[in-house]
Amino acid sequence: MAGRSPALAWTLAAVVVAAGVIPILIPSMATLVVLILAKGIVVLGIIILLQAGQVSFGHAMFFAAGAYTAGFWGKYLGVGDLVAYLVVGTVVATILGLLVGLFVVRYREIFFGMLNLAFSMVLWSLLEKMFHLTNGADGMRVPRPTVFGMVFSPENFQYVLLYLTLAIAIAATFAVQRFLESPTGNMLRAIKSNETRLEYLGVSARRILLIGYVVSAALGGIGGVLVAVAQQIATPEFAYWTKSGEFVFIAILGGVGNAMGAFAGSAVFELVRFYASAQLANSWQLILGVVLIAIILFAPDGLIGLWKRQRAARDES
Amino acid sequence: MCGGRHGSPVPDLTSKLRVLMNSTLFVLASLDGLSYAALVFLVSVGLSLIFGVLRVVNVAHGSLYAFGAYLAATLSLLVTPISPWLTYPALLVASLVIGIVAGGLIERLLLSRVYGREEVLQLLITFAVFMIMDNLQRMIWGVQPIYAAEPLKLLPNVSIFGVSYTSYQVIVLPVVAVLALFGLRYFLRRTLMGSVILAVTEDREAATAIGINAQRVYLITFIIGATLAALGGALASPTTSLVPGMGTEMIVLSFAVAATAGLGQIEGTAITALAIGMARAFVIYLQPEFEVLVPYLIMVAVLLVRPEGLFGATKLRKI
Repeated sequence: MAGRSPALAWTLAAVVVAAGVIPILIPSMATLVVLILAKGIVVLGIIILLQAGQVSFGHAMFFAAGAYTAGFWGKYLGVGDLVAYLVVGTVVATILGLLVGLFVVRYREIFFGMLNLAFSMVLWSLLEKMFHLTNGADGMRVPRPTVFGMVFSPENFQYVLLYLTLAIAIAATFAVQRFLESPTGNMLRAIKSNETRLEYLGVSARRILLIGYVVSAALGGIGGVLVAVAQQIATPEFAYWTKSGEFVFIAILGGVGNAMGAFAGSAVFELVRFYASAQLANSWQLILGVVLIAIILFAPDGLIGLWKRQRAARDES
Repeated sequence: MCGGRHGSPVPDLTSKLRVLMNSTLFVLASLDGLSYAALVFLVSVGLSLIFGVLRVVNVAHGSLYAFGAYLAATLSLLVTPISPWLTYPALLVASLVIGIVAGGLIERLLLSRVYGREEVLQLLITFAVFMIMDNLQRMIWGVQPIYAAEPLKLLPNVSIFGVSYTSYQVIVLPVVAVLALFGLRYFLRRTLMGSVILAVTEDREAATAIGINAQRVYLITFIIGATLAALGGALASPTTSLVPGMGTEMIVLSFAVAATAGLGQIEGTAITALAIGMARAFVIYLQPEFEVLVPYLIMVAVLLVRPEGLFGATKLRKI
């Protein structure tokens, strides 16, 4: 677990400043940066589970749970407050995480992945088919909420959302880093290396995995609320399996050894998608697929690992 | 595939059930389920076989299905002016081409480099292939629906218990599925190559020690599995319009079937495909909005009770 080295701390500071300043210079970047940070928050949850060696191919269900909290609120209760969305969205995702988690933590590896996939596809089909409740495939509009009771114009709102998201992302990164370094975080890694020996210590592996699972579900909910508010819509696609795959993709792209990897991966993912779909007429999936293969084959520790390796090489010479 | 046809609008479920039981709808639903199950079986058994031998869940399996379907449709439309009967070999050629070329390339160029690496990397490399193939599919065939129903129209309808149905769907598809089932059984249990594949599945190290080329076994297995997926797509192409999302839908469905059956279980996959295909067909007539829910609910229910799947063997914990 790195994250304590001064070089990384400086880079972190630089990234935070960049995320906060660039959108002021280029206003069209504001929403893009929010998406990068929000998805990074979701990916933090994936990274937690990957510490235990478990891949969830259904984490989009928690993302969708957060997003649809904002959607339902807008449809049935009228325009709400962003803070309320975030709190309720996180609670909803946490409860869903606990319910699903109680089942799935009994399984490992491919069965863990499959069951998560099945649960998320159940949610996806419900969101798509319960047309009278959820507007089906059209999705639910998320009107621009107030923030702490204050109403903002669209121009100002995007900055308020940006800085709030940035603050949440920083807090989540530190919290996750602390969590991974805590005894629970270490036991989570022990599930990957040798679960039986962990249990010989008198620790319930299922309980440890459940804690990690619920935390990661809560992070998924927060990210879902933020993305739905930024894009002003929540659609069933948010729960589809390809969305879950995208999150795992971003985790591997950034590197799973470090919480910062989530945001590095998310930034590259969203920027490639943004520029490739604008410049190269719908070939962003192709490009991202090739990038992913290159990362897996040549830089299995992700972008953060690549960056560290280069620094190490430079320090030696 | 099926769907589209619905029972007369009746208010509640019990009266719908009564109508279903007493009428030709029952036969209709069963036939829908049978033809659908045949296609789902072909795709799922390929996925299951690949997992059984390579221990890799092939996320790109649905893309191989879609490519098989699209290439089959393209070839069919190409040969129809010469003779409509040439569309049948066209379906077969399309699935072989996709299975051998695409399947072979995926295994040789990508999968062979990540064996023994972390499971998530193996999963993700096939996810990358899925993204690339999904994109290529849109580039090559566009996003407009493609129809190539020639093979379906050539064969006459048959009457089964008073219900007229295309013989392509109720005879050809199930027969191909049964042939594939028995062909696979025979291949794995009666031929040398099959025994070699089973040996590698059982214990790769020991198999390699007695001179078996595990690399070759992986390649052959992947090609067989990919060909089965493409064959499922090719055979499905006359029965449905080809649309961009068809592969993404099929992959999760075949996951569900393969996992419910127990990964690596060939006969189990056949039974499960039939059960899920039937359940889905009946739900379409009873509560069409829950059609897509059925396979996943069955999968969740089964895996909660039997984590190794209906027909899977329990794995021992190793210290």
